[in-house]
Amino acid sequence: MKVDSGKTGPCRVSLGSRTWAAACVILALSAFPFLLRAQTDCLSCHADKTLQDASGHSVGVDGDKFHSSIHGVLSCTDCHTSIKEYPHPDQPAPVKCATCHADQSKAIGDSIHDGTNPHPCTGCHGDAHSIFPKDNPKSAVYPLNIPKTCGSCHANEALAKKYGLQNVYATYMDSIHGYAVSKEGLLVAANCMSCHGSHNILSHKDEKSTTSRVNIPNTCGTCHGGVKDEYAAGVHGKAVADGNTKAPVCSDCHTAHAILQPTEATFRMQSTPICGSCHKDQLATYRDTFHSQLGLLGGYVETARCWDCHGAHGILPASDPASPVNKANLIKTCGRCHKDANASFVQYQPHANPHNRKLNPALYYVRLFMNMLLWGTLSFFTLHTLLWFIRAKREQAAEEKHD
Amino acid sequence: MTDETDAVTAEQPANASHEKFYVRFTLAQRYLHAALFTSFLGLAATGLPLRFSDNAVARKFASAVGGFGAILFFHKFCAIVLTLAFLYHLKDLVARVFIHKEKGIFWGPNSMVANWKDVQDLIGHIRWFLGLGPKPKFDRFAYWEKFDYWAVFWGMIVIGFSGYAMWFAPFFAKFLPGWALNAVLVVHGEEALLAILFIFSIHFVNTHLRPGSFPMDMVIFTGKETEEEFQKKRTLEYERLATEGKLESRVGDKPVYWWVNFAKVIGFTAIVIGLVLLVLTLIGYFGTA
Repeated sequence: MKVDSGKTGPCRVSLGSRTWAAACVILALSAFPFLLRAQTDCLSCHADKTLQDASGHSVGVDGDKFHSSIHGVLSCTDCHTSIKEYPHPDQPAPVKCATCHADQSKAIGDSIHDGTNPHPCTGCHGDAHSIFPKDNPKSAVYPLNIPKTCGSCHANEALAKKYGLQNVYATYMDSIHGYAVSKEGLLVAANCMSCHGSHNILSHKDEKSTTSRVNIPNTCGTCHGGVKDEYAAGVHGKAVADGNTKAPVCSDCHTAHAILQPTEATFRMQSTPICGSCHKDQLATYRDTFHSQLGLLGGYVETARCWDCHGAHGILPASDPASPVNKANLIKTCGRCHKDANASFVQYQPHANPHNRKLNPALYYVRLFMNMLLWGTLSFFTLHTLLWFIRAKREQAAEEKHD
Repeated sequence: MTDETDAVTAEQPANASHEKFYVRFTLAQRYLHAALFTSFLGLAATGLPLRFSDNAVARKFASAVGGFGAILFFHKFCAIVLTLAFLYHLKDLVARVFIHKEKGIFWGPNSMVANWKDVQDLIGHIRWFLGLGPKPKFDRFAYWEKFDYWAVFWGMIVIGFSGYAMWFAPFFAKFLPGWALNAVLVVHGEEALLAILFIFSIHFVNTHLRPGSFPMDMVIFTGKETEEEFQKKRTLEYERLATEGKLESRVGDKPVYWWVNFAKVIGFTAIVIGLVLLVLTLIGYFGTA
């Protein structure tokens, strides 16, 4: 069916260089119609969307969609390399994306997704004949489409169970990041890929992973740069940098997928036990205070939580003059809520322990006295009342019998 | 031997029609008691969720009434009512001592001040509980009634002071040492716990629920008691007034029917709320200890 030969055919006379040049241009241009014709050839059968191979797998192709896709300039046989002529074999060799995309293919091979997907590429990029660049809203890996794309597997309970994963899709979608992506359409908001990477995703247990404990501050810091610097200067950041694996990274306080706006009531309510999971004594003494008592009751979230006084990211020891709980800064720190805070007011100890005689002797004896008064009075009068009650009952019974 | 166990209470109409009624409390005193127990119930109901803020019932209650904001508002409101009641009582005392020059406020049978006879009565009463002696005869105010009075008096000063110290902490910090700001919460909570446990168990049983008064001693609501009740519960006072010929001056009208019923509704409601709070307090205390 090739017709191009005819165009270069009649050249019996000697020809000048201009003629040769014109002939070459014609020859070059003729390659384009050949290419188009090649797609057209395949589509003459495969445009039929109901077309199936012997195993019942659809082999129909939407030609218009394919032309508009990033691969639309390619010829079918560029990918389906085993097909040379028509009729072609029933089972052509599988397409190897790696031929062009060698780096990505290698990254997938080293990643946690190696071998998990039915096809390593189309599993995420979608239909091979309609792949679009990632900045195109039609692309399965367009930032706003990523949660849904990853969710096609990771929101699947059965799959989550099979690989021992938490089903984090729903929690992510409810988080501040998920909300920004799904509701606000914020392209810069963190989607799955922003933290986990794309082709090179590794288990968080792998130190090289972007989500390993040591890397989390850097990963979050790619967007939250200012917070990262603050954190690195604080006690927690320094401890992590020094190799302390117990010191908190971003996700220990903010969680990984269910990240909330920190000023939100829900986060304020849940933040204290998070700090307390390491700082147990401080949580216990905090629980004894009015701050905690108010804070635990529904609806009142304004009372001081750990980070209202200690700061959040750049927490410094109280001995540091820059710490908000340094003695010199207390009036200012307490004054943020207690407008009339004065030097004597800030002598209040937010972590006093009435059970510790050495640290808080006055409080210890006050509590001891109050407890003795409480149990002394109650014990005496409970006994007194019980005996009285029994005696009066017996007396009453005797009277009734007498009557 | 006088026996109070078969005393006839005011609400028994069979006797009431023939019985004389004697005044024990003035109207102002009865209102004072009403202000005291309503504000106290309010304070207990809103203070307990704070004391046991990690308890699930406390949190549910707080959410149900509109969160902590509502709780604290109501607590402070009741505190002001109780403070006013207390100040009214102090004003009354001052007036009786200095203006009316009333005798017997600090000593004698009409005084709330404890005396040697109260010590003897306490010992005698316990001996009677144990079957070791006769039942003592009591005057106008028995030793446990005086204890109730002073417990409330002391409690209001202690809880009130520590409460206001927390409410206006920066102001109180001007003259209180730093540790006192920590201590006031401990003092407030423990003293309040004592008050709640004492009132809702000891006072309830001693005054209202014990045989002879069960289910409720109406005298604090009606202000009057029957002659039989007077004679048996406060024998010495009755005999003293009879000897002095002053008995007639204490005779009052029979309490009106609707008032007795109204008082019963209020009183029983208070007792039920108190008992519920008592159970919750015990759960809160021993459940979180």
